[in-house]
Amino acid sequence: MTRGFLPGLIIALGVLALGLVVAFTVGRYPVTLAELADVLLSRVTGRPSTAPAAVENVVLLVRGPRVLAAVMVGAALAVAGTAFQGLFRNPLVSPDILGASSGAALGAVLGIYFSLGVIGIESLAFVGGLVAVAAVYVIGSLLQSRDPILVLVLTGVVVGALLGAGIGLVKYLADPYNQLPAMTFWLLGSLAATTASDLLPLAGPVALGTVVLVALRWRLNVMSLPEDEARTLGVATGPLRITIVLAATLVTSASVATSGIIGWVGLVAPHLARALVGPDFPRLVPTAALLGGGYLLFIDTLARTAAPIEIPLGILTAVIGTPFFIWLLAGMQRNWS
Amino acid sequence: MTLSGRNLTIGYRDRVVGRGLDVALKQGEVLALLGPNGGGKTTLLKTLLGILKPLAGEAQIDGRSLDALSIRDRARRVAYVPQVHNPTFAFTVETAVLMGRTAHGGLFSAPSAKDREVADRALNEFGIAHLKQRPYTMISGGERQLVLLARALAQEPQFIVLDEPTASLDFGNQGKVMREIRALAASGHGVLFTTHDPNHALRAADRAYLLRSGERVAEGPVRDVLTRGQLEALYGAPVETLTDPASGQSAFLPG
Repeated sequence: MTRGFLPGLIIALGVLALGLVVAFTVGRYPVTLAELADVLLSRVTGRPSTAPAAVENVVLLVRGPRVLAAVMVGAALAVAGTAFQGLFRNPLVSPDILGASSGAALGAVLGIYFSLGVIGIESLAFVGGLVAVAAVYVIGSLLQSRDPILVLVLTGVVVGALLGAGIGLVKYLADPYNQLPAMTFWLLGSLAATTASDLLPLAGPVALGTVVLVALRWRLNVMSLPEDEARTLGVATGPLRITIVLAATLVTSASVATSGIIGWVGLVAPHLARALVGPDFPRLVPTAALLGGGYLLFIDTLARTAAPIEIPLGILTAVIGTPFFIWLLAGMQRNWS
Repeated sequence: MTLSGRNLTIGYRDRVVGRGLDVALKQGEVLALLGPNGGGKTTLLKTLLGILKPLAGEAQIDGRSLDALSIRDRARRVAYVPQVHNPTFAFTVETAVLMGRTAHGGLFSAPSAKDREVADRALNEFGIAHLKQRPYTMISGGERQLVLLARALAQEPQFIVLDEPTASLDFGNQGKVMREIRALAASGHGVLFTTHDPNHALRAADRAYLLRSGERVAEGPVRDVLTRGQLEALYGAPVETLTDPASGQSAFLPG
C-alpha cells in the first residue's frame, strides 16, 4: 500500500486553509468571506480597507492573534508528538511523556498563586516545562541501563506524578475564589486570552524547535529503530536523543505556556498524518504540523462558538480525541505497528 | 582488511561474559560463531560491532581500535544484520534499505539520488526490488531478512555481522540466506554470523569459532572443527553424523 506524499500534503494544507477561513469568519460577530479577503488584502497591499472598522477589528485584533496562536500551538504539539513517537518507538506517546506539560502546569499554578501577572505566569510555565524535562533526562541518564528509553519513560512517569502532587498542593493552598478558577481554567487549556503580544514569545521557540526537528527528519527515521541498529547505522544516538528531546520540549513548553494544557493534539495529529503520508519522517513532520495546526484551529473555533460560554480546549480535544482515537485503533492499527 | 579482537574480555558493567578471546575475520571470508545459549555469542558479536566496549583487550579494524573510530566511520566499515523483528512503524522496504545510507549522508541531509541508486542496487542484488513500495511490516519473515541484508549492503561496508540470520526462517529461506552469505563473501565482504545449527556453518562458513561459557573451545576450518566429538563437547549432548555417499557431504543430527 503506497501513500503519496503530495496528495497527503495537499489534503493537510486544505484542512489548514479551511480551518483558517472558518476561524476568521465564524463567531459572535460573523464576517463574510468578501470582508475577510478585503481586510487581509488591504494589510498586504497597504491600501485602506473598505470593510467596516468593526470587521477590521474583529479580523485583525480579536481573531487574528488567536487564530495564529491556535495554528502555532497545534503545529508545535503535533511536531513534538511526532518526534517523541519516533524517539520512543511508540505510536501512543504524546509530547508530555517526559513531563513537559506537568512541569509547565506547576510553573503556571505557582505563577497564579503568587499573583505574578500574565508574563510572569507564562514565563514560569515555560521554564517549568524545560526544568521538568531536564530533571527527567538527568535522572534517567544517571540510572544507567541497557534500555535507556525505558528508563527515560519510567522516570518521566514518576517525575510527572510528583509534579502532579505539587500542582495539587498549590491548588489546595490557593484562594478558592480568585486563584483556583484561574488555575483550573489554565489547566484545561484556552486561547481566549491570547493577544498579539503573546505571539512573538510563542513563535520564537516554536520556530527554532521545529526547524531543528525538520532538519533531523531522516535521523528520526533511524532513531525509531532499536538502539543497537541505529548505532550500527552510524547514528550517535546519545547526543541526537538529547537534541530531539530539547527541540521537542522547547516547542511544547512554549505552546503550553501560551495555551495551558491541551492534550490529544500531539497524539492524534501524528496518527492522522501517518494515515495520510505513511511513517517516513521527512514526509510525516511537515504533514503533522499542518494537520495539527488545522485541527486545533477547528477545535478552538468550536470552543468559542459552540456554547454561550467558552469551552476549555482540553475538554474538547479529549471529547473529540478519545472516540476518534478508539476508531483509529480499531480500524487501522495494522498499518502502523 | 581484518576485523579482529585481541585478548578480549567481553561483557557488561556488572557481568563478565567471556575472557581471553582472540578472533579475526578477513575480507572475503565467512566465519560462523557457534555455542550453547548464554555462551557469549551475542556479546562477542556486539563487541566486534563496537556496540559494546570490551572490558579489556581491543576490537580492531586493520590494527585501529574500533573505539578510536567515530560511530559514522564504524558504520561505513562494519554493518549489522539483526534478527528479524517487527518494527514500530510501517516504513516501506525502500525506506528501510535507504536507512543503510545514513552514515554516508550529513547530519541534516535526507537520502540523495546516489543513495537511492545504491539502495536500488542492493534491492536488486537480493531479488526484492518488486517489494520496494511495500510496508516492511507486511512482507514475510524471509523477505524481511533479505531487506535487512540489502540494508547492510547499502551501507557499503567491508564487514557484515549477522545475528542468527536463519533463526526464524523456513527451510527454503534458510538455504537462500546461506547462499546470499556466500555471495557476500565472494564479492569481498568479511562475514561473521552466529548460528545454532552446525549444518548452516558447514554450508556457508569457511571457518567456525566455538564458544562455550565465554571461552573459545576451538577455531579453524569448518571441516576440521565441526566434528562429532567437538560438537558433543560443545553442547554437552550426543550428536550423530550422517554422510551422503554420493557427495561426501556430512550433516549432524542432535540427540
